[in-house]
Amino acid sequence: MSIQNDVIRPQGQSPRERLNERLAPVTAFLAAHRSLSVLIGMTLVGIALPLIILLPPFSTFQSSSAWLNNFTLAGVYILLALGLNIVVGLAGLLDLGYAAFFAIGSYAYAFGASPFSGIHIPFWPMLIIGALVAMIFGVLLGAPTLRLRGDYLAIVTLGFGEIVPIVFKNSDTYTRGTNGISSIYPPELLGYRFSTIELLPFYIVMLCIVAFAMILIYRLQDSRLGRSWMAIREDELAAASNGINTVTTKLLAFSLGASTAGLAGVFSASKLTFAGPDQFIFAVSFTVLAMVVLGGMGNIWGVAVGAFVLYMIQNVLLKGLNQFFDIIHVPIISDINFIQYQFLLYGLALVLMMLLRPEGLFPSKRRRQELHTAEAGGDEAVTPADEAGGVLS
Amino acid sequence: MDISVLTQQFFNALTLGSIYALIALGYTMVYGIIELINFAHGDVFMVGSFTAMWLLTVPLSMHGSIENPVLLAGVLVLIFAVVMLAMGIVGVIIERFAYRPLRNAPRLAPLLTAIGVSFILQNIIQVIFGSSPKRTPQIFANNVRFELFGASISYLSVFIFLITLFLIFALQMFVGRTRLGRAMRSTAQDREAAQLMGVNINRTIAVTFFIGSALAGAGGVVYGLHFGQIGFTIGFSAGLKAFTAAVLGGIGNTTGAALGGFFIGFVEVFSGQVGLFRWSEAMVFAVLILVLVFRPSGLLGQPTAERA
Repeated sequence: MSIQNDVIRPQGQSPRERLNERLAPVTAFLAAHRSLSVLIGMTLVGIALPLIILLPPFSTFQSSSAWLNNFTLAGVYILLALGLNIVVGLAGLLDLGYAAFFAIGSYAYAFGASPFSGIHIPFWPMLIIGALVAMIFGVLLGAPTLRLRGDYLAIVTLGFGEIVPIVFKNSDTYTRGTNGISSIYPPELLGYRFSTIELLPFYIVMLCIVAFAMILIYRLQDSRLGRSWMAIREDELAAASNGINTVTTKLLAFSLGASTAGLAGVFSASKLTFAGPDQFIFAVSFTVLAMVVLGGMGNIWGVAVGAFVLYMIQNVLLKGLNQFFDIIHVPIISDINFIQYQFLLYGLALVLMMLLRPEGLFPSKRRRQELHTAEAGGDEAVTPADEAGGVLS
Repeated sequence: MDISVLTQQFFNALTLGSIYALIALGYTMVYGIIELINFAHGDVFMVGSFTAMWLLTVPLSMHGSIENPVLLAGVLVLIFAVVMLAMGIVGVIIERFAYRPLRNAPRLAPLLTAIGVSFILQNIIQVIFGSSPKRTPQIFANNVRFELFGASISYLSVFIFLITLFLIFALQMFVGRTRLGRAMRSTAQDREAAQLMGVNINRTIAVTFFIGSALAGAGGVVYGLHFGQIGFTIGFSAGLKAFTAAVLGGIGNTTGAALGGFFIGFVEVFSGQVGLFRWSEAMVFAVLILVLVFRPSGLLGQPTAERA
């Protein structure tokens, strides 16, 4: 891209374009070395966040350990959003029960490392085991449904997301039912035992896991497999005609997404030292979906930022608004529980986003073009009715 | 399991099946015509049940049973008419603003707005009526029952079954015998060809949403009458089961959806009867998976499964 810009230089340039051009070598370098740019980016963000919260508007709002706690848990949601982005953003499959795989990862760690089960497998191998277990369930669920039309996956995952917490809730003998499994062992590293009071180690581990996941997903996206996902997303029939095995490719996207949720589940269980069925209700799947859509389906950094921002709005800003209006006593507004409106806002955001800016706040270039072909191409856009004749009898 | 329990449960299953059948009809009609899983449909049903509850308690100020049969019939007709009309309009509004602008967009887009609308409806009801379950006045006297094989059956369950049959029959007549019904069938088969033949596509789709949502509204009324207690989350699991019913019957097929609804009702009630009460939802889900694996076109549907 940078070479073309040098050759064809438009006459009137806006300051923004000039800035873009100045930065072109940097962006080109970062685009060519994505793993490195992720590492640099995550290191900078990782150092900046704990420093920013020491400054006035943030430091007066809540203690630095509360902030660090929020950041670490936001990391869990970033991981979930990154994983769901593989399924929804890259492969264009709608998974509405994503929290189920999160639950499976959490319970896998709870079974593998808690006094309740009497087993103690260390945290680090459990990260891989949890991801693998979630992946196996992803394959088991995906294999029969991914052969069918895309919409069926949405409803099957919706059902799966509903059933998994019920199974954990009802199998009291193995999971302690609604009480959940508590005092799960936290991680250990070289003899150092993580504790729930000391938050910085958890924060650093979270950063590393997120950075690792981002690098992995970037490399997947740029690989042959990633291109196949996008081809299927854009036109499944054309992709199949070009020799892509659509079922296997979709299954890989679905199960890799599931394994990322499993990873997030293991970390979350070790951080909270708890796994219970109420952590994995449908609202979690919906929140993660909103994060992916708002951040910009298909754009890895966009999704990560979207997840971070939504998590902070949900867990810091809305609570803060409640406290704020409680203190200053504005007659009607003080009675409003802002947290209650959270899902109304998500729902509205989702609808408005799809209507007005379907590519999300931080779109990926390719996805944006694709989502706007209908407007540009007009008649060329294939209507669903063309693809498969419906029946109504 | 003796005969009296069996009879009792048979009628319970029939009632539950009626509710699922009424919701499933809307799913199947909408899917048949625009190939969209309308995730908000279960919540339209939920809004219908709340509208019925509100109508009974606030404008009609009913609190107990109505003994006078003429008055009871009048109230029932009024409730069904108002709720069905209101939900029909809600359905048309949803279609107009959330689905119509996205008719040519990638498939994912309307699915996402559908799930968004579902959450909007839930949250509106939660904010208006609160999170705790609400009681629907039991206008049917509970003690008016008849004996059958040693089981005591309430007239309410018979009424629910009959009104469901009536609505299914009316829908069949409408789709099969009227001009608008023909327009619906032709739009479902080939939208462009139908348009070329002079069918007003937008109006036909709006009518489909109106009828489907009205039927879900009727399901909501029935739910309130039968269970006596409603909450803002009932649309979720009822919607999931009704969708399973629609898939089981063969999506796009209205007779299939009705039969599927009754089948799911029976699965749920009788799995509860054999001691799997806590697993009834899992059983329904297992049915969905089995149907998708072994007969994705459903019992009465045409094979359209392998298409992308």
